[in-house]
Amino acid sequence: MKYMLIMRSTDAAIEASKDMPFEEIINAMGAYNESMMKAGVLLGGEGLSGAEEGFVVDFSAEEPIVTDGPYGETHELFNGFWLIRASSKEEAVEWAKRCPLGPGSKLEVRRVTDESDFEDFSDNEYVQKEAGWREELGTN
Amino acid sequence: MTDIRRTLDAIWRIEGARVVAVLARMVGDVSLAEDLAQEAVADALVQWPESGVPRNAGAWLTAVAKRKAIDSWRRRERLDERYRTIARDLEAHISGEWEPIDDDVLRLIFTACHPVLGRDAQVAMTLRIVGGLASEEIARMFLVGVPTMQQRIVRAKKTLTAARVPFEVPEPEEWSTRLSGVLSVIYLIFTEGYAATSGDRWIRTDLANEALRLGRIVAELAPGEPEVHGLVALMEFQAARFAARIAPDGSPVLLADQDRARWDHGQIARGDAALARADALHRGRANYALQAGIAQCHAHAASVEATDWDRIVLLYEALGELTKNPVVELNRAVAVSMTSGPLAALEIVDRLSAGGALRGSHLLPSVRGELLAKLGRISEARAELTTAAEQVTNERQRAVLLAKAKAL
Repeated sequence: MKYMLIMRSTDAAIEASKDMPFEEIINAMGAYNESMMKAGVLLGGEGLSGAEEGFVVDFSAEEPIVTDGPYGETHELFNGFWLIRASSKEEAVEWAKRCPLGPGSKLEVRRVTDESDFEDFSDNEYVQKEAGWREELGTN
Repeated sequence: MTDIRRTLDAIWRIEGARVVAVLARMVGDVSLAEDLAQEAVADALVQWPESGVPRNAGAWLTAVAKRKAIDSWRRRERLDERYRTIARDLEAHISGEWEPIDDDVLRLIFTACHPVLGRDAQVAMTLRIVGGLASEEIARMFLVGVPTMQQRIVRAKKTLTAARVPFEVPEPEEWSTRLSGVLSVIYLIFTEGYAATSGDRWIRTDLANEALRLGRIVAELAPGEPEVHGLVALMEFQAARFAARIAPDGSPVLLADQDRARWDHGQIARGDAALARADALHRGRANYALQAGIAQCHAHAASVEATDWDRIVLLYEALGELTKNPVVELNRAVAVSMTSGPLAALEIVDRLSAGGALRGSHLLPSVRGELLAKLGRISEARAELTTAAEQVTNERQRAVLLAKAKAL
């Protein structure tokens, strides 16, 4: 099974991290990534740049409204993710617990859907197309 | 309680090898280290439901195991000097930093795959002390009884101790032989999961995934070894086909009939990356990297017809020269039938047959049957496929062969 570890942080935690030497953060995260590499469980992952560079598209009104970041107060800003393969939920929990995050940060862990989740829709046009797209993209 | 058990199992999968490796370095004996570690695990099962799971579980287990070692040596009458020294050293380290080093894990892998052990024992020990799996789990994966598997592991541990196997990586002159032993153990675990040799289960993905994980671990520990990356690449390419290899009714789907859109392309990309790592070492391709190259040709072909069969024939030729393995020659025949037609392929198969290779295996008659069918020699083809069905041990494969014979 594949799991995605999703990093979320409060504004306060993100502010606090700016006071930490950046190299310390790189080292802590690097050691964490390396430990997952060496355990043969890491499949991929990405980190995201700050919210000030991002923008939000809101669908509450008739027309979508685009607002540049930062977005005012956020409690859980999505900052990046890891993709791992684990043999059980408990194993995914253990890897998540090892992540070097501090107060105000959370990891949300979600199982990545696979073919078995779409078994009942195997003749759906888009379900069939998707496999081809994955081939073109070289993703999983 | 069961939650703690499951948590501990997960922790053990992650930390177990490092815990045993650290202990083995201290006490100089892998089976003693494993026993101590298991005693620490038993303690954890009793204490953690009360105290909670410690923040650094690996360090906790190691410290408890060391304490047990010291206590047991203290209790011995006529304590000999060797144990006294070890006990003193352990005392000095007991509160020290828990710092497993990668070399320890590598030593552990070489010990688990040591040539004084038979193949089955190597497989069991590797899954047990490197993979961190419980005996019950390994027994389930190999479809044998739990007592059988436990006995196998106990016996393997006794053998390692009796043979005084040192806890170290092999000498340079032995290195490549011993490494290829490690790789064949890992690949054996993979193939056991990839094409179950007995029973009714066609694929045991958990076992194959475990082998892939072990392969990736070794690739990080010995990154300068092209064959390690070659093996990882081969397993990635083959595992990428899992989803497409079984029909909804559970019967096997052969390569030619697989829906290639259902192959795991992320996994194929990882296979490409692993093979590129092997090639980047500029030491040429050997056994696993050549096989990975063949699997890569299939992985990137849109269909059977669009496959680069010329390249596959070349790779099989190189592999055949290197391994002198009749199965490789048989596969080359299949590839030749795609480039030069069934008659040229049949000549290769008949040469193999005349040499007495692969006698009693279903492989030869099943390939021969296919080729004869292509040549329109139907009754001969049917006879060959029926023979193949009689010799196969996997129920699902038998059904496929019989269906083929019937359809002619």
